Amino acid sequence: MTSRSDDIRLGADIGGTFTDIALDVRGEMFSTKVLTNYAAPEQAILDGIDVVIRDAGISAADIGIIIHGTTLATNALIERRGARTALVTTEGFRDVIEMRTENRFEQYDLNLQLPTPLIPREDRFTVKGRIGAEGQELQPLDEAGLEVIADRIAAGNFGSVAIGFIHAYANPDHERRAREILSRKLSIPISISAEVSPQMREFERFNTVCANAYVRPQMADYLARLQTRLKDMGAECPVFMIHSGGGLISVETASEFPVRLVESGPAGGAIFAADIARRFGLEKVVSYDMGGTTAKICLIEDFAPRTARTFEVARTYRFSKGSGMPISIPVIEMIEIGAGGGSIAWVDAMGRIQTGPESAGSEPGPACYGRGGKRPAITDADLVLGKLDPDNFAGGAIKLDTSASEQAILRDVGERLSLNAMATAFGICEVVDENMANAARVHAVENGKNISDNLMIAFGGAAPLHAARLCEKLGIDQCIVPKGAGVGSAIGFLKAPFGYEALASKLTRLSRFNPAEVNALLADLKASAEGFVRTGASGNIVCEITAFMRYAGQGWEIPVPLSDEPFGDDAVAKLKALFEENYQRFFGRAIEGLDGLEIEIVTWSVKATDVRPAVTRHELTTGSKTSEPTTTRAVFDPATGAQQTYGIVERDALRAGDRVAGPAVIVERETSTVVTTSFDAVIQSDGAILLIRKGSQA
Amino acid sequence: MSDISEIRMQVMWNRLISVVEEQALTLLRTAFSTSVRESGDLSAGVFDPRGQMLAQAVTGTPGHVNTMAEAVLHFMNAIPREEMFEGDTYVTNDPWLGTGHLHDITMVSPSFLNGELVAFFACTAHVVDVGGRGFGADGKSVYEEGIQIPIMKFAEKGKVNLDLVRILRANVREPNQVVGDFYSLAACNEVGHRRLVDMMRETDLTSLDGLRDFIFSRTRDAMLERIKALPKGSWSNELVTDGYDAPVKLAATVSVRDDHVEVDFTGTDPMSRWGINCPIIYSKAYACYALKCMVAPDIPNNAASLAFFTVSSPINILNAVRPAPVALRHIFGHMVPDLVLGAFSKALPGKILAEGAGALWNIHISARPAAGGQGRRAEVLMFNSGGMGARPELDGLSATAFPSGVHTMPIEATEHTGPIVIWRKELRPNSGGDGEFRGGLGQIIEIAATDGHEFDFSAMFDRVNHPAHGREGGKPGVAGVVKLDDGTKMRPKGWQHVPAGRRLILELPGGGGYGDPTRRSAAARANDRSKGYITEDDR
Repeated sequence: MTSRSDDIRLGADIGGTFTDIALDVRGEMFSTKVLTNYAAPEQAILDGIDVVIRDAGISAADIGIIIHGTTLATNALIERRGARTALVTTEGFRDVIEMRTENRFEQYDLNLQLPTPLIPREDRFTVKGRIGAEGQELQPLDEAGLEVIADRIAAGNFGSVAIGFIHAYANPDHERRAREILSRKLSIPISISAEVSPQMREFERFNTVCANAYVRPQMADYLARLQTRLKDMGAECPVFMIHSGGGLISVETASEFPVRLVESGPAGGAIFAADIARRFGLEKVVSYDMGGTTAKICLIEDFAPRTARTFEVARTYRFSKGSGMPISIPVIEMIEIGAGGGSIAWVDAMGRIQTGPESAGSEPGPACYGRGGKRPAITDADLVLGKLDPDNFAGGAIKLDTSASEQAILRDVGERLSLNAMATAFGICEVVDENMANAARVHAVENGKNISDNLMIAFGGAAPLHAARLCEKLGIDQCIVPKGAGVGSAIGFLKAPFGYEALASKLTRLSRFNPAEVNALLADLKASAEGFVRTGASGNIVCEITAFMRYAGQGWEIPVPLSDEPFGDDAVAKLKALFEENYQRFFGRAIEGLDGLEIEIVTWSVKATDVRPAVTRHELTTGSKTSEPTTTRAVFDPATGAQQTYGIVERDALRAGDRVAGPAVIVERETSTVVTTSFDAVIQSDGAILLIRKGSQA
Repeated sequence: MSDISEIRMQVMWNRLISVVEEQALTLLRTAFSTSVRESGDLSAGVFDPRGQMLAQAVTGTPGHVNTMAEAVLHFMNAIPREEMFEGDTYVTNDPWLGTGHLHDITMVSPSFLNGELVAFFACTAHVVDVGGRGFGADGKSVYEEGIQIPIMKFAEKGKVNLDLVRILRANVREPNQVVGDFYSLAACNEVGHRRLVDMMRETDLTSLDGLRDFIFSRTRDAMLERIKALPKGSWSNELVTDGYDAPVKLAATVSVRDDHVEVDFTGTDPMSRWGINCPIIYSKAYACYALKCMVAPDIPNNAASLAFFTVSSPINILNAVRPAPVALRHIFGHMVPDLVLGAFSKALPGKILAEGAGALWNIHISARPAAGGQGRRAEVLMFNSGGMGARPELDGLSATAFPSGVHTMPIEATEHTGPIVIWRKELRPNSGGDGEFRGGLGQIIEIAATDGHEFDFSAMFDRVNHPAHGREGGKPGVAGVVKLDDGTKMRPKGWQHVPAGRRLILELPGGGGYGDPTRRSAAARANDRSKGYITEDDR
């Protein structure tokens, strides 16, 4: 017997420090933050669900769907806390993940250091057997050799295996056979590159399968435990995972391909920001999501986050392209750096303050949590500067200890630089804010954009504390701190379109194009994409069909959107014209008059999405009525470099159209918004706070 | 200058760099040759109407970066302003006006806004074939090395010069790839132009003069400060390399003056009979690169920063003149940084890395069906790197391009281009020079034709007879080896044959070590052994 209701939806986002829960009961939002529990991440979700269902007056059995995202996989990669993993690879190619591209990502730095490979050389095993570029077998797989490798892996203390063979994307037989042989002697999970990332280019594919294997044991265990515990508490509804591209996948798929969860939390955040951008009709937005462990920055144009098919995690060198680990999966494109509330502050050899990427996380947490953390974190600096109210953090759930923060800041940083606690805390915040500003500029530059042209949307527990200062550094005049900012990603999960992209890589030259064959292929893709969407949505479904095309001989494709109808006899002429039109739009000129130069389709994609109700439009307002603060507090003001009297205002007490003059702090249950002296704050019709630079127009 | 306009200028400078980055990215995304699309053997930049380079893409390689900087002036000399129109694109592969050999195609496009010439965009890329003898050292003059395209219009007012395209198709071995790359180069300038116009419209600019003055004055101030901090004087260095059939000596004197740095190549051996000569434009490019790494690694590349370096030389192998064969000019060009840095190490002891593999181990493969059989013909080019020299505080990077800025091609992409199989491409143990800091390891590569095929290859290898020296007591790196799997020794340069069924084995040289080997920590030695970087017990 179940009381499940489709219009009760729950989003759960596990971050490095906090676990956020958002519950949408027929349009009404209930949310909470609880500390992330590393030993049992599912426990924090259950605790959070308890809070929101009590607030909403429903039972766990009423929940219609749970959508979950997590940074557990990302953090395991950044902090190198995954399973000891063996890589089994083609003989002659032991060092693909170590030799990388043989390039120095920073041309002029002769002291450059390259990132350490995820799997050290001693854990990489090679086996004879070779597939050729056309997928043909050049050399049979050495099965006896694999038996020996299986014994060696069994004897070692390994928790996971990755298999990456040359040209496996073209013919996965050897990888599959190797998995079969290894699994006879091994009871640990085995990931193969042809399934994890079936794309040409061995370095990216091998690295992706290694990353998948590396995080797989802990992610699979975790997801299994989560499902059991949810059932135990009465939540029998379907659970879906948000993936890095912003869509949804089943828990079973996620357990097998956990690398697709990398950046899933941040993807939810980007969807959240895109939803707000649409609500206010904002065409150029930069979303800024700062949680406990990292900060994420994403450009959103025309209400859609930018997407890519490959990205880098854990960039090690001033956020430079090429200094991280390439992961080839569809993703929402963003830049992520180790700058969160829990990021540890320290002093480097040259006496400069540094922050992160190491994080205090939730255990032990910043010094002020009083949970055993002794090292100073960004949150400690925020507290010392007066930006946080020690008695009202996370809705009063955690009492903050200011003197513990001061001690930690002085001991690890201040004393080494002969600075007092306030000046040191200011230095720490300036460094982290500058790091984030720099990352935002780099990201915008990489995309050919000017960061200051954008409106910022700030969310995540720590972002509203730093957003105004970040805007000052970036020359941004307006910033929206939406309602629910503290749990933005979790709300974003609920906004995620119920979509699925089915892909088929099938190299097809236009000269050999067979309409019936392609129509059958597309029908299959449509059936599988729509079938997936049907498991979670009952309304209308739209399908977008895309052919990824290029001139034969090129290495990269351009997307060519097609209409959702079967191909007829004119298909070749139509495809050629569409390709040339798109090519011209991208690159200025199609290639003319070439003998025998062919156009080919590399990949077909069908993306099915359920049709969402249109959003209610709101207009930005600069406010009319000035609201006076009820109390004040001394807060260190970064632009003036001195303590100032900040007004303290409860967000719940403010109404649409109210304007609060900076300097002020607007406090709420999950976070606090700092309004620096150069900004005012205006409450919008949907409850969002607009930070607006004094003297500028909305 | 007010704070606001200062910030505005800084933002536009960054924006200009992102415009040229996007220009370079377009080249990567549209190119046909693996040398461009996978390896980034390219360069892209924006110039003012006087031909002064304003900004350059970070993507790219120093040999193109610093040569292209001068190329635009040659185009302006060849094509009068009144013959420049919107939608034009100009082209050349002249080694002395472009980037040093015929395989590099340079294209320049004027950029107009409201009918005014506001900028030029230029780009360069290495194409897989230009006809002639193919990419190798065996030409006796530039006439044997392939088709020569003097500066001319590739497109006028948007219309492509199809006569040039036809001539090209008839002269090269891979017409579709080469012509495709010509279009790709033109597209890259087009995208740069569009982004620039967007930027200027958004910021209400009608000319780049103000921005140029800002960029150049900031750059000049920063460069002057760096050069002031250097010790003054002159230091010389010599380097002996393999050459084609006899060793070749390279010599340089580096002089640090109050406001600039000079490099002179007097003492270098005369021009060679073989295609290993280097036009000075390319020698200069790599001399400037080495100087910039030492003096101003963080200052953006532009006409103002490059103006602080001057290079001179009598006619010799580093200043070869027409009609010398120059196809493999990159080998000695890539040795120039070790040469110049060696001189600098006398000025700044304890600060300069050891010598490394230096020249890329490029290999050009011409594959075909074995005699009388059926199959595929193809031209295949690979870039591979040996070990970099150890640094004063760090081991050298293994199998990493230095000084070149290219990437290796994924072997999966390479194997798609022709009937060959790369059987091995992995680190070469025991090849780094010992020292307190170990030289980077080279790599081992094994290549065979697929069944029923054979191939010729053009060897372009160095440090086979003259390994990289260590520094400050570090040992030399291990020399390179070129052989077949049956033990037959092959030459480091020139076209050679590999019969069906045989494998070519390349063992790339390691980098030199830095500092006394007895000072190397036990932990570092243990790590070398557990990772298999060193497999011999006697080290």
